[in-house]
This record gives sequence, C-alpha cells and structure tokens, in this order.
Amino acid sequence: MNLHEYQARELLAAQGIPVPAGDVASTPDEVEQIARRIGGPVVVKAQVHAGGRGKAGGVKLAQTPEEARDKASAILGMQIKGLTVHKVLVAPAEDIASEAYVGIIMDRASKAPVWMVSAAGGVDIEEVAATNPEKIRKLAVDPRYGFLPHQAHLLASELYSDPKQVRAAAKILQQLYAAFVQAGGSLAEINPLITTPAGEVKALDAKFNIDDNELFRKPEIEALRDETAEAPSEVLAREAGLTFIKLDGNVGCVVNGAGLAMATMDLVKYYGGEPANFLDIGGSSNPEKVVNALRIITSDPAVKVILFNIFGGITRTDDVANGIVTATKQIDIKVPIVIRLTGTNEEIAVKILDGAGFSAMTDMDEAVKAAVAKANGEVGA
Amino acid sequence: MSIFIDESTRLVVQGITGRDGSFHATQMMEYGTRVVAGVTPGKGGQTFNGSVPIFNTVEQAVKETGANTSVIYVPPAFAADAMFEAADAGVPFIVCITEGVPVLDMTRVRPFVQEKGARLLGPNCPGLISPGKSKVGIIPGHITQPGPVGLVSRSGTLTYEVVYKLKGAGIGTTTCVGIGGDPINGTNFIDCLAAFEADPETTAVVMIGEIGGTDEQEAAKFVKEHMSKPVVGFIAGQTAPPGRRMGHAGAIISGSAGTAEEKMQAFRDNGIGVAQRPLDVVGLIREAL
Repeated sequence: MNLHEYQARELLAAQGIPVPAGDVASTPDEVEQIARRIGGPVVVKAQVHAGGRGKAGGVKLAQTPEEARDKASAILGMQIKGLTVHKVLVAPAEDIASEAYVGIIMDRASKAPVWMVSAAGGVDIEEVAATNPEKIRKLAVDPRYGFLPHQAHLLASELYSDPKQVRAAAKILQQLYAAFVQAGGSLAEINPLITTPAGEVKALDAKFNIDDNELFRKPEIEALRDETAEAPSEVLAREAGLTFIKLDGNVGCVVNGAGLAMATMDLVKYYGGEPANFLDIGGSSNPEKVVNALRIITSDPAVKVILFNIFGGITRTDDVANGIVTATKQIDIKVPIVIRLTGTNEEIAVKILDGAGFSAMTDMDEAVKAAVAKANGEVGA
Repeated sequence: MSIFIDESTRLVVQGITGRDGSFHATQMMEYGTRVVAGVTPGKGGQTFNGSVPIFNTVEQAVKETGANTSVIYVPPAFAADAMFEAADAGVPFIVCITEGVPVLDMTRVRPFVQEKGARLLGPNCPGLISPGKSKVGIIPGHITQPGPVGLVSRSGTLTYEVVYKLKGAGIGTTTCVGIGGDPINGTNFIDCLAAFEADPETTAVVMIGEIGGTDEQEAAKFVKEHMSKPVVGFIAGQTAPPGRRMGHAGAIISGSAGTAEEKMQAFRDNGIGVAQRPLDVVGLIREAL
C-alpha cells in the first residue's frame, strides 16, 4: 500500500523529524485558508500515487493565498498518469541551500532493509543510481540488531561536513528508521532532505510504501488507505478477497493462482489478444467468489469476452464447474464466456458446463485462442 | 533419488488442528507421507485422525517421534514464531505454507534458521513432492508421477499446470519444489538447482520463474557455471505492468528491473532453453532428456 506525501509527512513528524508545517486540502477554499495561516509563499502539491508530479504540472508555487487558491483550482481534479487529484498538500515554500536524498528499502537481494543516501538529492534517485552510482552510499541493516547509532553517523557524514548538520541528519536517519519499522514499510524516503540558508536540516518531501502483509497488525496504517486513489474495481476486488489488477485489453481473465494468472495473460498476448485484467480467485470453488469476479470484470465496458482458466488440484473441477453455473445464473452477462478447466474430474466438469450452454474445454492454449478470436470479433468464433 | 524429502521423511505438522492443517495433513497421509506428529499449543495429548499424536511444542514432538521435517499451516501472525520454534527444536527442514508473512519478520527468521543449520522452504509456497515417496505441503499428489525431471518454481497452480502437462506426455519428476512467491524466503532457485545437480536420478531440470527481483538471473549464471544437466525455463508475467504486485508479494517490476524479458534474456545468455508458453516446457524437456 502506498501512502500519500501528507500521510508520510505525518509519520515522520510523529517521530520528531523536522517537517515544514503544512496541511492537506480538498477544495480551493481550504487551500486559501491554509496558505493564509502559513503566511508567505506556499507550494501546492497534488496528492496522488504517481511519480513525476512536478513535470505533470501537479506542483505549483504561489506567492499569495489568492494565488494558492487559483493554483489549487487547476490542480484539483486534474489527471496525473490516469489518476484524478482529489487532495493537495499546502506547505510553506522553503529557501533551500542544499538537497540530499535519504531512503530505506526492504531489499530482496540483501534480504534486509538497505539504506541509500546521496548528497545529490532532489532528483529521481533511480536516475542517479543508473548514471552516477558512485554518488549513492548503501548500507544494509541487520534487523536483529537494528540501525546502530554509528551507522547513522556514518551515513550522515556522507551528506554533510558541518558537525551540527551531521548530528541533525544522523538523528533524522534514526527517526526515519523507527518510522519505517513501526509502520511496516517496504520503502521510506525523504527526497529532498534540505538544508536551509540558516543551516537547519529538514524533510521537504517524503514517500512511504507499506508491506501489505503488515496491514493485519497495523490498523492505524490500514486506516490511512485512500480508496479514492485506487481504481474502483480494485477496491471492490479487495473487499471480496480477490487480487485484481486492471489492464488495458479486452479479454477478461478469471484464474486460480497468481502464477497461472500471469501465464494466462501472457498466453492471451501470445495469441494476438490483450488481457483486460489480472485476477486470482484463489483455491476454492465458492460460487460467491466467482460472482464477485464476474461483477468486477463485467463492470469494465472494454471487456469483450471472459476467459476462465482453472487448474483443479485438490479442488475438484466439477465443483468449480457447478460454482460457475450457479454464479452465472445470479448475474446477467452479455459477453461470451470461454471456460478452461483441467485437473481432477475434468471430463465431468466439461459435461456439466456443456450442459449449461458454455463452451468448455480442457486445453489451455485452445481456450485462450478461442477467447482471443471472440474478443477480436472473428467470424465463426 | 529425490531432493529434500523421501521415504525417510518424518513429518511434524504445525497447526495440525486448524482448517488447512487438518485438511492437508489428511491429504499427505493418504499420499503416503509419514506424518509422525502434530503440534497445536493446548491440545497436547490428543490425537489427530485417531493415529497421529499431538504435542504442545515442536520440541516435544521431535523428542517423542524423531520428526526430521516440519510443515507450517498457521496464520500469518504466528508464522514467524512457528519457523523460529521449529529451528529452535533442531528440525533440519522446515516448510512454511502460510501466505502473508510480513517481510520484516522474514528478515529475522532467515538468519536465525541459517544459524541453526536448518533449511527453510517458503513461506507462501505450495511445498514439495517427491512422487511415489513423500509430499510435504499442498501440491496435489495425483497430478505428478515419478520420473527423471527436477522441477523448481516460484508459483503454485502454474507449477501444477506444467507438471500435469509433463505427466500427460509420460514424463515424471524426481522432486517438484515450490519455493514460493515472497520477496524474502528460505530456499531459492540456486539451492534447488545445486541439489538437483547432485541428485543422480535427476537428468534435466525445469525452472519456473516470474517477474520481480533477480533470483532467476543469478540462477541462470549458476546454471552456466555449475551445472552439467540441461535446464529449461519459463517466466510468467510478460504482460505484467510495472509497479504492481501481481498476486505474489514478490511479483513486482520495480522501475525497469525484474521484467520477464530481462529474465528470459538471462536464461538465453546462459544456455537455458526458454519456453514461450507453459506447453513448450514439454517439448524442450523431451529434447533435453
């Protein structure tokens, strides 16, 4: 789960990290009030789960509260990478002497949280990593002992030479690590970490991603979920206990298992089609799950055909077939359905489905080809 | 032969009285796995299915029954401690089926298990099966048959698909191992490849990977440098969008890293036959045998 910048700032501030006072707003009126309260020039920043907000015109400087209001009117409601901006952060415009990057990610290769810090901040760190990797200092943390004070000091020394700033940055790094662990983060970064002309070290922008597996034990983090920032179909799927990701094609896919679901999408593409979604319905034959899956898929008007691909191992495919028959009676489906079932009792399953008027088969490639032909409107398909 | 489990496997099931634990314990016993003990705190002294003794702790189970392998079916909140407990009790091979274990927990479990000298498979994995000998986990037994192919995969049902297609072509497996879909886990591709290389009965290996991370790329290098046996590979997620978690916690393209194309190229560069479709694994393996 991704957090918004304003939520990330709150997690940092709660640990004591200096973050310029700001507030979040969803109307131009609120923006004007916040800007007036702050006094002086402010930055109005779109709160969406997308990078490159600045380039997309989602971050604007305003000299007066009235100007902040105008800028907010333009930003609120705009689309950035397909996501609508519903909220903006209003924060004081800071005078910047230097910009650094500090971030911690859960690193698969090191099997541990890994710090990345760079004195070259304020830019896309992936770009720095690609072009000037020597400008990034990395350090893996042993989670059994935690992030040690001397490690924080070492990293801070990479960023600053003034002892006061080194001490301030070391403290911020330790606070950021604490926030990362407390929230169950998969990524926490401050970019940029700035120094002001007066020499203060402050967090100007923050990004926080949470490990979804942590959410069951972090209700306070789950409460930060912003459903308006997600595709409605994905919200529906999560509530129904399904994993669903919307894509741009027209072949709706219902599959059991994540690996097989990906392989099915790939096969749709292989045979000249475009998958409309990733959907894993998991391992049960529960008709309710199938109904929910069909509701979600058919809510996408682009879908021209629905393709089931089910491997019945311990779940018997005849049970799954009965589940599909029951489910399709409960919901009005206007597009053709192609069903592929294989595994335990597959012959019985195909008979059940044929009897109910579906085109059912046991071969994955044949089923995908048939679905693609229907989606592409081929004659006789 | 086979890798990791065989007729000598003596299994303790952690969470044997739970919904999944009891169902799969029964399935494993029907397959012929020697399930020697179950563990559910507070239910020590009872028996499972009238024959398997239940203990309060893994330590007692090991002491009383000589269990040498553990399989874990407990909810995510308790999974990390279940892994710690099995390693603490001296169990040399621990299989964790549980999906949804926090990654931060795994950063602590992994080094602990290693220090105890144990091997961990999973979490978030289907377990493994040595057809005709033993199965530990949730892989359906009847879709597999004994044979000369070693199979290692990050997936569940996709693995079933491939192993079932192989069976349909009359090709069986020595051991089929699901290493799981989490970003930080125990046994990885290279561990399995090395074991298959050392197993005299395995003559070819299938490796099924997916988007996310660099395990397949490193495994590809290992194949080139350390393996004499032919390896065939498939990667799922060629159509997956970047930045989205595709069901498995670890199946995510970060920035431009961990794509299917990158992994398939690593396979090609290191002499691994690349299957474009799951079906193509069968043809490639037939050639390799």
